[in-house]
Amino acid sequence: MDFGPYLMLASLEGAVTAAVLALTAVGLSLVFGVMRVVNVAHGEFFMLGAVLAWWMTSLIGGHPALGFAVALIVVPVLVGLLAAAADVTILKRIAYDPERTIVATIGILYILQQVTLMTYGPDARPVEPPFNTRLALPWVEFSDGRPQLYWPWGLSTTSYKLGVIAAASVVLIGVWIVMARTRIGLVMRATQMDRDMALAFGIPVEKVYGLVFGLGAGLAAMAAVLIVPIQQAHYLMGGDPLLLSFIVVIIGGLGSLPGTVVAAILIGLSDGIISVFFSPTLAKILATLLVALVLVFRPQGLFGVRRA
Amino acid sequence: MTKIIKAPTRRSALKTLALGGGAAAAGASLPLWARYAQAQTSEPIRIGFQVHRTGIGAAYGRWYDRTTTAAVKRINDAGGINGRMVEVIAEDDGTDPKRGAEVVEKFATQHNCDIGFGTLFSHVVIGSAPRAGELKLPYFVVSEGHHVASGMLNRYTLQPGITDVKSQVIAMAPFVSENLGKKITMIYPDFAFGHDHRDYFSEAIAAQGGEVVAQIAIPPTETSFTKYFPKIPRETEVVYHVMVGPAVLTFVKELGEFFGPSRPEMFGFIDSLEAVDMGSAGLEFLDGTYFWEGNPRYAQADQTSHDKMYREAVGVDENGASVSDPRDVSTYAHMFGCWETLNVVKAGMEASGYQGPADRAALIEAVEAMGDMPLSDDHPQGAKRFNGKTHQVFGHQYISKVEDGRMNVVHTTSIEDTLYPDEVDYTAQSL
Repeated sequence: MDFGPYLMLASLEGAVTAAVLALTAVGLSLVFGVMRVVNVAHGEFFMLGAVLAWWMTSLIGGHPALGFAVALIVVPVLVGLLAAAADVTILKRIAYDPERTIVATIGILYILQQVTLMTYGPDARPVEPPFNTRLALPWVEFSDGRPQLYWPWGLSTTSYKLGVIAAASVVLIGVWIVMARTRIGLVMRATQMDRDMALAFGIPVEKVYGLVFGLGAGLAAMAAVLIVPIQQAHYLMGGDPLLLSFIVVIIGGLGSLPGTVVAAILIGLSDGIISVFFSPTLAKILATLLVALVLVFRPQGLFGVRRA
Repeated sequence: MTKIIKAPTRRSALKTLALGGGAAAAGASLPLWARYAQAQTSEPIRIGFQVHRTGIGAAYGRWYDRTTTAAVKRINDAGGINGRMVEVIAEDDGTDPKRGAEVVEKFATQHNCDIGFGTLFSHVVIGSAPRAGELKLPYFVVSEGHHVASGMLNRYTLQPGITDVKSQVIAMAPFVSENLGKKITMIYPDFAFGHDHRDYFSEAIAAQGGEVVAQIAIPPTETSFTKYFPKIPRETEVVYHVMVGPAVLTFVKELGEFFGPSRPEMFGFIDSLEAVDMGSAGLEFLDGTYFWEGNPRYAQADQTSHDKMYREAVGVDENGASVSDPRDVSTYAHMFGCWETLNVVKAGMEASGYQGPADRAALIEAVEAMGDMPLSDDHPQGAKRFNGKTHQVFGHQYISKVEDGRMNVVHTTSIEDTLYPDEVDYTAQSL
């Protein structure tokens, strides 16, 4: 394949990765920003979203779009409620102590993973996409000094992949509007800035925590519902999103939404492009190296604000 | 076995029990040590079954389990081995080499198994076999990897029920170069099993006057594949694909989406779609492509009575799916290996007069002495030829064409097509 079409294909693949990663990482970033909780179980909420999407679509039957639409709305809510319950019953009891919450969320990780293994089983199961047409893409080449369109072999994407990018963008804009323009967002930002002061002003901080933890997990679950028609639901699928989300959140700056989105696009695209031109292992090596460099030279992240 | 009987002598114990009354009738309620006292050899033969119940090999593990259960039931219904029942002790290895070695150790030291059996994934076999050799536990793998016949392992590891990748690809190369094309791009998983494909197919196709124009290795845990496909050169005439792991369906679907209407010829190993329904959305483009099958998933027009019997015993319908759930597709091309291996173990134990772990060396020698195994209920996939020196069996291979979402066998290789010179003589190693 020629360089141009090759790069375009790599960028498209990278954009799908980036879209899903941005949603997942924003969830993680929100939880860390507001609650100061390092949620190691975040990847399992992602996995749970995919598994529940499979369950819901196979339960509903009929046209694939119907089951998928229901799953896209119901599954994030279900996972969010479960996460909020975990917050109230576990994290609240240990007073959000940083060390203990890490250990507790590791526990939640194993519980979710093993319960899924025991009920859903060890198989990878597919979810049918609501729509999926192959779109061949043209490329420009210059022959006789005039630009001409042609369709290179293999340069294509699917309507569903473009749909994922669009849906993720819409959700991210929605999250930004909620955070920046609504009262509930204001309350969350107040809690993020100063927990004690927020409490003094009568903000029900514990309720905000439950809400944020549920919202974070719900975003991960929504990312998983979007990706599951491309990949498949499997009980071990939470590992990669967790690792990549942490990378993104550290590079972007913990708790910074724009930073997280920019870092997700950076990591997603570079993962797509580097693994196409070189090797997927090199992409992971470079991403991890970038994390190390950011931690050394700009510990607050690219967009983070240094705390006094 | 006698070590458990400490305080009372065998004779006095029997007397006491007889005096106690109803000893013969109450066998089940006797204390454990007394249950086998009348004849030590009525204790069951214990087969440690190393099964990929979880991890990336889980779909294979589920069907290896069902096949093993069916094969053991058939052996026991026919009177067991040397008059003793067979008991399977299954342990999950999580498709993980480190855990695999621990499981082998448990079989030998904790469960007092007579043999270890059933491992599939090559990295688990390679991780576990050295421990089996150290413990002198006969280790019957059902793995396909070339690592047994290559001499990498040891005298205690045998593969008598399934052929290895090297012999499979040697037999496939002439068909591919004569019928599909000479310029081939290979896509394979990046671990031992995939490397066997890479090394031996490249060699075999070169011998046929063909050429591998690109080799694309993909990690078996990968979930997204389109990014690898641009590496397929434009001059490619045949895409040779083999993939494993939970994402195989995604792999094949994305391959179809990448090529769209202008796909080259395709030759796949059914591993790429093992346990996957051929009717899954997105697989329509496979019509007209070819697959290697270890054993034809769809019952063929010339189905043998042995395949029919085997299908029924395991609970597989004529489309290769579970009789109780048509969506639960089997790993039909591989799992016959469990059935056949257990029958080889039975034959070996009978030939060596196997009594207990002290006879393990005799069992190995008895299996090494085996040669031709005819097509039969014991070997429903087809006739086999075992090579005692390399510990590897050779057999027929099938090439199927996808037609209307069904795989029909278009070519069956002979055993001779699959042979290659010995690379090791395990019989020269000490037992």
